[in-house]
Amino acid sequence: MSSDHIVGIDLGTTNSLVAYMQGDSPVVIPGEDGLNLVPSVVALDENNQVIIGTAARRYLIETPERAVYSIKRLMGRGLEDIQDELKLFPFQLAEDLQPGEVLRIKIGERTYTPPEISALVLRQLKRNAERFFGAPVSQAVITVPAYFNDAQRQATKDAGRIAGLNVLRLVNEPTAASLAYGLDKQKHGIVVVYDLGGGTFDISILKLHDGIFEVIATNGDTHLGGDDIDNLLIAIALDDIRGDLGLDVRRSGEAVQRIRQAVIEAKIALSSQPSAKLDVDLPGGKKYQREIPLEAFEQMIQPIIDRTIGPCKQALKDAGLKPEQIDEVVLVGGSTRIPNVRRLVQDLFGRVPHTDLNPDEVVALGAAVQANILGGGSEITKEMLLLDVTPLSLGIEVAGGVTDKIILRNSTVPASATQYYTTQVDGQTNIAIHVLQGERELARDCRSLARFDLKGVPPMPAGMPRIEVKFLIDANGILRVSAREQRSGKEAEIDVQPSYGLTDEQVENMLLESFDYAEEDFRQRQVIEARREAETILTALAKGKRNSAWQELTGEERRNVDTLEKALLAVKDGDSDDYHAIREAIDALNQATMHLAELMMDTAVSTALKGKAMDETDLEEGPQAGHPVAKADFE
Amino acid sequence: MRAVHFCSSCGKVQPPVPVDYFSFFGFPRKLNLDTAALEKEFYALSRRLHPDLFAQANPEERAFSLEQSSMLNDAYRTLKDPIKRTEYLLRLEGVEIEEQSKQATEKARATGELKKQVVPPDLLEEVFELNMHLEELRTQKKMGEDDPALLEEIGKAKLSLEEKYDALFNQLKADWDRWDKSVDDGTEEDRRKILDRMLDVLNRRNYVRNLVRDVNEALE
Repeated sequence: MSSDHIVGIDLGTTNSLVAYMQGDSPVVIPGEDGLNLVPSVVALDENNQVIIGTAARRYLIETPERAVYSIKRLMGRGLEDIQDELKLFPFQLAEDLQPGEVLRIKIGERTYTPPEISALVLRQLKRNAERFFGAPVSQAVITVPAYFNDAQRQATKDAGRIAGLNVLRLVNEPTAASLAYGLDKQKHGIVVVYDLGGGTFDISILKLHDGIFEVIATNGDTHLGGDDIDNLLIAIALDDIRGDLGLDVRRSGEAVQRIRQAVIEAKIALSSQPSAKLDVDLPGGKKYQREIPLEAFEQMIQPIIDRTIGPCKQALKDAGLKPEQIDEVVLVGGSTRIPNVRRLVQDLFGRVPHTDLNPDEVVALGAAVQANILGGGSEITKEMLLLDVTPLSLGIEVAGGVTDKIILRNSTVPASATQYYTTQVDGQTNIAIHVLQGERELARDCRSLARFDLKGVPPMPAGMPRIEVKFLIDANGILRVSAREQRSGKEAEIDVQPSYGLTDEQVENMLLESFDYAEEDFRQRQVIEARREAETILTALAKGKRNSAWQELTGEERRNVDTLEKALLAVKDGDSDDYHAIREAIDALNQATMHLAELMMDTAVSTALKGKAMDETDLEEGPQAGHPVAKADFE
Repeated sequence: MRAVHFCSSCGKVQPPVPVDYFSFFGFPRKLNLDTAALEKEFYALSRRLHPDLFAQANPEERAFSLEQSSMLNDAYRTLKDPIKRTEYLLRLEGVEIEEQSKQATEKARATGELKKQVVPPDLLEEVFELNMHLEELRTQKKMGEDDPALLEEIGKAKLSLEEKYDALFNQLKADWDRWDKSVDDGTEEDRRKILDRMLDVLNRRNYVRNLVRDVNEALE
């Protein structure tokens, strides 16, 4: 098997997953804990060691100031557009944060940008995949909410680079889900994907036709999801606690996190039960208890869920479709397990939604399918092609602070537009261009993407230069700009100042640091794991030698095993960090003990057949330990 | 003539050459267009030009694929929509439609004046009356009053505008037929006349569309 696996990653607000294509079907790669979901939580322990995922969750309660969650909400955003987030989430901003600077979040004594925090989660997924394959992983497809803007996409791509991943493609989450969903079926028709996750909501309408997955319209809200339901329930609980118990615990990070855990559990329980109980130990020994009947819960959250109606209707309108023209509806995201979400979708589209795929995993599975397509495809994916769209219009600021839209939303990507510019003053050599994204008329109501400075325009009388600027949205939904002065034929130099986000240089610096570290990390982990495996096989062999089967081997077989055993011992205990050598020695010993393992198996089986009590250790450790891993095959 | 997207001997994707959207698909510069054939061709070309197929190719081929497939998408988007297709043809034939309106818009914005749109003469009376009604409606709304008779008047006017809107589209389609015929055997003068008429129909249609939008906004 080759070492260049391309993995698919769902970098979620609440949980993240990594998957790959195993033969004809995408599968999720579990972590060392055996779990498919890696919580998108990053914490620093008392020694400033980075802790990721399930293990980091404990820090949310014990040392909330040393842990961060839902960082996806801050990706590609500026200080002025996260004021709501700051009220609802315990994000600690760096004290020395300058206006216009990329956000930095405090975790313990350190500060990290959102892409760096996401990169830590990505690195964990990368490690999980590397552990699984026994080989480095360097290429990935990462999913993003369809409604993510350019800055949010760029930040996600930066996170991938910082984690040492070459991001081959950003794929929209609902589109990825449709790929997983349409994989083993020859599907035709109009499919709606309703994706309500932890922090984002997307609606995408696709036309499936002979393996082409063509997105017709997409809409959404990048700040709407399960988090909002949690925050509402937390606010209600905090009010209750103040009213009933006379306690104000709003400032207690620990208490708030305990309440958060409790409401999340209650929310999940209410997807399958008629009622749930909140039972929270508060600081000072008091207890907060409350029963939440499903009906009350549904009433409380209805206003949040109703916020998905507008985007759904807009997407239908943009697609030029009526609900009765929809053939199928697919649900994605953990929040679609909530019963009244399902009812709402059914009412909106007049179809019973599909729920046969796990809504937590389907996006990662689809990303794995896309990874397979980008890797050259296989029998099952060779006819598949994804045609996605840009969710937001791209515009240029023109006189009077007005947005002039040059690429409309729902245009299939890649898409381009060419604009011509000239100078207003004699001899002018610079032209400033302000690029915007959004649907509003005024530039100030749209998202500022970047300011481009066209430099090196040849000095000419005003109005003479004719500069062709080409705006191109690539297949990732990310903007590229190129410019040329037509009279002189000179490529104009473009100086890009992203309005939000890291410069290439900043990413490069973060990348180099963590990359060196990751490479070294990978090697060390491999050495440790190889040594651990060597221990296992040596212990098993020692046990095998005490088994009667050992005496059934020929003298030469026994001598051969002894020699290889010594060789493995030597490389295992040697100073060298060469894990390849250890693995080779393990393989050799594995081969040599194959016959012994078979004989031991026969003994165990015949003992069992005779009805005698079985020596469990023989069966468990003997044959298995003789071949503890199939992993070495990948090397 | 269809543009060359691939090398004839090695089949590799080629850098895009500046062609018009009709040629890109190998279609004549005509306005009656078989949209089913267009879609089929779009899918077929997407299967050969899309960047997904070049993820493992060298940077040069990747760049060609990106440019070719963005042109393919731009061309498809323009040609599949009847109005965009007509406007595109007008521009190709040297009729500056958007430029003028854009300049006018920018000028109006810079000076702070409201952009004046020329009212088609045959609509003058109707528009005058409608604007009065709309003004009245806005005033009533502010006062919290409700006048069913006025709403009925506006509703009728809206219906009449929508009928005009549809009629203008049919008129445009008749011009398409004339244009397509003139491509085969018309004179340059014939073609100019048809282009001018199509521009006029499009302008009226835009004007009526804006009126309908105003009415809808006032009724909300």
